[in-house]
Amino acid sequence: MPVLPEPILRVENAVKHYPISRGVVLPKKVGAVKAVDGVSFELRPGETLGLVGESGCGKSTLAKLLMRLESSTAGRAYLKGHDLFRMRAGDLRRLRRSMQMVMQDPYTSLNPRMTVADIVGEPFDIHPDAAPKGNRDAAVRDLLAQVGLSPEHANRYPHQFSGGQRQRIGIARALALRPDVIICDEPVSALDVSVQAQVVNLLERLQDELGLAYIFIAHDLSVVRHISDRIAVMYLGRIVETGTSDQVYLRPTHPYTQALLSAVPVPDPTARHRRQIIRLVGDVPSPADPPSGCRFRTRCWKAQPRCASEEPPLSQRAVDPHPSACHYAELHQVIA
Amino acid sequence: MSYSSYPSYEPPVVPGGGFASWDTPTAAWVTAPARATVTPPRSGGHLLDVRDLRIEFSSRDGVARVVNGVSFHVDPGETLAILGESGSGKSVTAQAVMGILDTPPAVVRGGQVLFAGEDLLTVAPERRRQVRGQEIAMVFQDALSALNPVFPVGWQITEALRSRRGINKADARRRAVELMDMVQIPAASQRVDDYPHQFSGGMRQRVMIAMALAMRPKVLIADEPTTALDVTVQAQIMDLLATLRAELEMALILITHDLGVVADVADRITVMYAGRVVEQADVHTLYAAPAHPYTRGLLASVPRLDHRGHGLHSIAGTPPNPAAVPDGCPFHPRCPYAQQMCRMTEPPLMRIGRMDRTSACHFPPEALDARIA
Repeated sequence: MPVLPEPILRVENAVKHYPISRGVVLPKKVGAVKAVDGVSFELRPGETLGLVGESGCGKSTLAKLLMRLESSTAGRAYLKGHDLFRMRAGDLRRLRRSMQMVMQDPYTSLNPRMTVADIVGEPFDIHPDAAPKGNRDAAVRDLLAQVGLSPEHANRYPHQFSGGQRQRIGIARALALRPDVIICDEPVSALDVSVQAQVVNLLERLQDELGLAYIFIAHDLSVVRHISDRIAVMYLGRIVETGTSDQVYLRPTHPYTQALLSAVPVPDPTARHRRQIIRLVGDVPSPADPPSGCRFRTRCWKAQPRCASEEPPLSQRAVDPHPSACHYAELHQVIA
Repeated sequence: MSYSSYPSYEPPVVPGGGFASWDTPTAAWVTAPARATVTPPRSGGHLLDVRDLRIEFSSRDGVARVVNGVSFHVDPGETLAILGESGSGKSVTAQAVMGILDTPPAVVRGGQVLFAGEDLLTVAPERRRQVRGQEIAMVFQDALSALNPVFPVGWQITEALRSRRGINKADARRRAVELMDMVQIPAASQRVDDYPHQFSGGMRQRVMIAMALAMRPKVLIADEPTTALDVTVQAQIMDLLATLRAELEMALILITHDLGVVADVADRITVMYAGRVVEQADVHTLYAAPAHPYTRGLLASVPRLDHRGHGLHSIAGTPPNPAAVPDGCPFHPRCPYAQQMCRMTEPPLMRIGRMDRTSACHFPPEALDARIA
């Protein structure tokens, strides 16, 4: 039996609550938006973890927590064994080299007044001891070539590039410090289909070449299926089901995962009548006031009294050997 | 529009006989499908018939021919999808049909928009106003910015009824509740006085649909109606649109870039690229046997839930800037099949086989297949 490598990133019970306060003179805390409410997972070197869920499920907040762009309310995260959430500024800065981020919107995440060379080379200014000795321009050119941009473009500005090319610039910037982990927050959702495929292929090639681990956040389940080794499905700040890509997509046991997968349109008109779509009624409840017990029960067709009183833990269920947070986990194949 | 008017593919004639070589284009190749611009027949018959629409935008950088000879039609009870990536001209086409194009900067340079035989591009502004909203209505992508934040949704839904039909406030409120029921907004009678921000994204889109349907239009144009929504909500909204289309016998024009949504709901598809129609076919034919290289590339580059593999097919390069569309076939710089003639001559829309099916490629699909093999 192959021994799994040690996880490079381990997240234990991460929590982020945003306080809701009332009153201007003497603000009083009256509640909290529970954006991320107890999320645990592991990421191994060289693997891709796909994080899926609908808007408001907390997947982007989780990314911000891991980058320490937001401070956590509770929980721990260990990057290469170092406690990420409790680290002091100087140590954090050094550790951040190991984990970088690619943002969703390639139009707002690049400074319009900086040239491409300045954008891609800026990480070297912040981390002088990680900067290449000698010729920095050459390092920038190498990075641009690596993401499929012409090194002659180094002196241009972001507005001279298309959306797909800008996303490549963002990826080059993330690669500059030779990280081990890259968090990709909806990296292709702003791109056209034909260009999206190019960027997905680039990310896969870079992973093969550099041994990167990705946390790939997306709402497009087809893209996530394509790129991920393991999947975590989030709903209202919690992971409701997790497993390998095949386990979650081919043998989902949580009703939310089943509904989510069944709603994805398949680009095949002959599937129109074969496909059974599970229609969820209503909307996602407010994360400020999540339902008691199982958070999905208000939209679930299988809900029983027990679901309101007892929160189902994310644990291995008898039907298939991967964790699912449902009292009544059943196998239901959605994808033909 | 009868497709028999389109020129059909002629087998390439090479002097001396035999099959033309793909790599050495002969004079016969270049001239065989002569630049026959599609001239639609006069006889109409379709509910909405757009013919050879041409729209330009003038800017400091020059003139952008954003819509360049676009033709399509739609009949009652039918769903036509206009499929294209950003910059393909699909939204501008919709705005021109609806009559909400900002002129300037846009200029309609030619073509016809025939609604029940009447050319909306030449009618008096007063008549245009009657058609807009009453006969042809539109649902927009971003419901939050399309709705007015300072008026209750019920008031907005019936605004047209009050101003055009002159119904009184009490009747309007009752109609608003009926319309909200029709688009399946729960507890409509309690929510009719709520404001847009009190609704979720999916519910706001339903309000938009109710507003568009208030005047019982014959044509509904939906411009990316579900792009901003999550998949589970998207499925609800697409269901609703399909149900309403069938119940109200409307013609539905769905403008989208999402090949998955199109496969689920469309009857016929018009694929646009760089302001041109590059392929038209019924939905089953288009997905089973795409004719145009762009359509082929697009279908191959969609990641699918039911397929897993390393490496997605991708189309090289990026869609052209509308102000600098390449000469010849606008797709040639990205096309794996491109030949010399593609760089020189723009292919017209040509009929394929006997079906109601056209493609704007110099080469018939069998020839493209032969190239792969």
